[in-house]
Amino acid sequence: MSDSHLTQSPKPTTRLLQMFRRGDCFLWMSGGALALAALMITGLLLLVIVNGATFFWPFDVTAVDRADGTKLLGQITATQAERKDGGGQIIKSAQTQFRVGNRDLYGFDFVWASTVELANFRRPADVVQIERQEYGDFLGFLQRVEESGRTVAAGAAAWEVLLAKAPGARALAVRATKLQREDIGAVNYAIQKAKLRLKAAARKAGSGAKIDPVFQAEIDAELVRLGVEYERLRAEAGALAVQAAAAQAVFTTIDGQEKKVPLAVVVRAFRPNAMTITQKIGHYLSRAGEFVVGEPRESNTEGGVFPAIFGTVMMTIIMSLVVTPFGVVAAFYLREYARQGFFVRVVRIAINNLAGVPSIVFGVFGLGFFVYFVGGGMDRLFFPDLLPTPTFGTGGILWASLTLALLTVPVVIVATEESIAAVPRGAREGSLALGASKFQTILNIVLPASVPGILTGVILAMARGAGEVAPLMITGVVKLAPEMPFDGHFPFLHLDRKFMHLGFHIYDVGFQSPNIEAAKPMVFTTTLLLIGIVILLNLTAIALRDRIRKKYKTGAF
Amino acid sequence: MFSSNLIKKAVHPATATPQKALVSLFELLLMKPSPPVTPPAPLPPSPVSRPAAGAAAPFAVRVDQLSLFYGAKQALFDVSLDVPERRVTAFIGPSGCGKSTLLRCFNRMNDLVDGVRTRGQVLLGGQDIFAPVVDVIELRKRVGMVFQKSNPFPKSIYENVAYGLRIAGVKNKVQLDEVVEKSLRRAALWDEAKDRLHDSALGLSGGQQQRLCIARTIAVEPEVILMDEPCSALDPIATAKIEELIQSLRQQFTIVIVTHNMQQAARCSDKTAFFYLGKLIEFADTGDIFTRPANPQTEAYVSGRFG
Repeated sequence: MSDSHLTQSPKPTTRLLQMFRRGDCFLWMSGGALALAALMITGLLLLVIVNGATFFWPFDVTAVDRADGTKLLGQITATQAERKDGGGQIIKSAQTQFRVGNRDLYGFDFVWASTVELANFRRPADVVQIERQEYGDFLGFLQRVEESGRTVAAGAAAWEVLLAKAPGARALAVRATKLQREDIGAVNYAIQKAKLRLKAAARKAGSGAKIDPVFQAEIDAELVRLGVEYERLRAEAGALAVQAAAAQAVFTTIDGQEKKVPLAVVVRAFRPNAMTITQKIGHYLSRAGEFVVGEPRESNTEGGVFPAIFGTVMMTIIMSLVVTPFGVVAAFYLREYARQGFFVRVVRIAINNLAGVPSIVFGVFGLGFFVYFVGGGMDRLFFPDLLPTPTFGTGGILWASLTLALLTVPVVIVATEESIAAVPRGAREGSLALGASKFQTILNIVLPASVPGILTGVILAMARGAGEVAPLMITGVVKLAPEMPFDGHFPFLHLDRKFMHLGFHIYDVGFQSPNIEAAKPMVFTTTLLLIGIVILLNLTAIALRDRIRKKYKTGAF
Repeated sequence: MFSSNLIKKAVHPATATPQKALVSLFELLLMKPSPPVTPPAPLPPSPVSRPAAGAAAPFAVRVDQLSLFYGAKQALFDVSLDVPERRVTAFIGPSGCGKSTLLRCFNRMNDLVDGVRTRGQVLLGGQDIFAPVVDVIELRKRVGMVFQKSNPFPKSIYENVAYGLRIAGVKNKVQLDEVVEKSLRRAALWDEAKDRLHDSALGLSGGQQQRLCIARTIAVEPEVILMDEPCSALDPIATAKIEELIQSLRQQFTIVIVTHNMQQAARCSDKTAFFYLGKLIEFADTGDIFTRPANPQTEAYVSGRFG
């Protein structure tokens, strides 16, 4: 009887009230909020993954006849359903979008066509798609392959010959570019150096005084020698370019135009409609690989993003190397040495508020302080001969990293302070009671115990810093950096150089490129890559933190 | 070695209250037999043979008219007492009576608390430890401390014991090894820890951790060891081991122990000071405090009528 008294609700009408008292509503609310957040994040990631990951896939090419007798050849990229008004009247018919390529011939990449006007959909197996060095993709039917104006192969055999000859021609062209960029670049660098030495000697001698004639002659001879070298390399590059341009493939487009494509510009030639699934996967992987390790082409809308990956990672690492000691030392002073009072409280609030300052403001500060003031001062002190060309007095990876370090320092300070506060009093007192000074206690006991917390702060700072774009735009990021901040030229690490960044790359490709429609998938792919890099950097830091934490596990105090 | 000490203690007339004897015998049963190869440790001096406590006994720490304030609140009122050298002195009293505060004066741990003021003197070897010329780091090397909660550093057992020497600048590996082994032996932890010296100290049990803290303290050879309720977080067996340890350490060190456990004070101390509301009520031989206290408040406390 007492059992039934327990199980039976005395007043069934108050169930809602009971639910409220038990906190069921709160439970549902908090669970729902978490589910919503998870859903939104998953949705965003899915959108990026679906759009970004299909970018490299060689979709089939469709040929159609239009009502006006013309033909279209291209990949179907989008369709739009017809739109009706309230009365059922069609205001816009169904539309199909084709990526027709051949930008150099048509002036556009995409064509919208009314679906009802299209007939005779077919997939000709012999359509050739060429990924070119410039002007985007080419779509057409191969007629013949020529070498120095002479036909080498025609008809069905031409495809094999094209496949055989294209890599050789491409390699020649690449070598010519490399010669242009690296060898001639090195000679230019040496010429500049020699001129600088002359200038420095003149400055040292003082105005009006004569430079040592022996030295002058030496430099002159050097310059002549370098000039000869320069001419030789240029001629070599020119010869290579001519040689590379000799072989050409002749195509007809779907509308009957004839187009000659030099084999030297062919990055990839393939027949999407005739490819097997294995070939398609191979093609996909090859393009994905090029994307990660290759250089950008065509104002960043084609090719790879390796310089941007490199710039992002390097900037994030430099930023972490600066922000960690800076933030940790500041936090230790705040928590351990500063007299806790009104002033310290104000400082702490100010630091927390710093995290809420718009990042572009940090960028402006970085430009004014680091670039113009510090960088300009360094130029006057260490590189006076190069002026008025700035060395450090212009945006560069060092200034961008320092600006971001400033931006993320509140995160590190707050996390470090928390973890210092969490170090048990007993450990400190034990150390002090053994005759350790305060500094020894901090160094030997407090700092090691707070390392996991500090690393948490660094992880947060890295995630914030790697995704930041606005302050970088005015402190050193460029659309296309000719040289990377780390290369084979002494002193290898060039902190003064401008660099490329994935975040800025996304902005640039998505909103500043001449061919936004064609570049759209690239935006998603780059986003995917940036997310991947941030995750990778974070996982590294987390693994490090867990290793350290394991050392202090079973903390009984 | 423990057993022989225990037997001596168990049959000793000064501690031979029926309850006390029972506890000691119980401890005896729980003790592991000592390994035969270990040479027997020298017995602690028998309480009977000791000089009667009084002004004549050499003292390690003299507290003279000490008052202490936490801000406006006074925690100690004109406390004066002499802590005898190489003896165990126990501080007892209800919570908040100032016994821990007084203990923490001896190595100036109270400096860490904001707004602490003192009046009066604490003399260590004739030197007032509150004098401005005193280097607090030197003081703490001479006056070690064991805390209520065991607080080994998150380092290896070896590094825990070597810590005091390392921060004093000792780098000689041979010397460090020697001191670590000696300290662990004196803290009766060597047999348990010798095979895992380089494992984390946090993997030890609570009692082992507390003994490690004692080993860490004696490694720097202090003159005085302060123990702030060292057994309050330990089970009876671990407590018995710590008490044994205190008995064996009293020959080399002056030990001051704060405890809430009156049996513990009765078992292991030579002199006992009873505090109440920041005042020293009575300070006498332990036997006298527990059997014939001079002050009625002391009697009320030790017989369990309040506190």
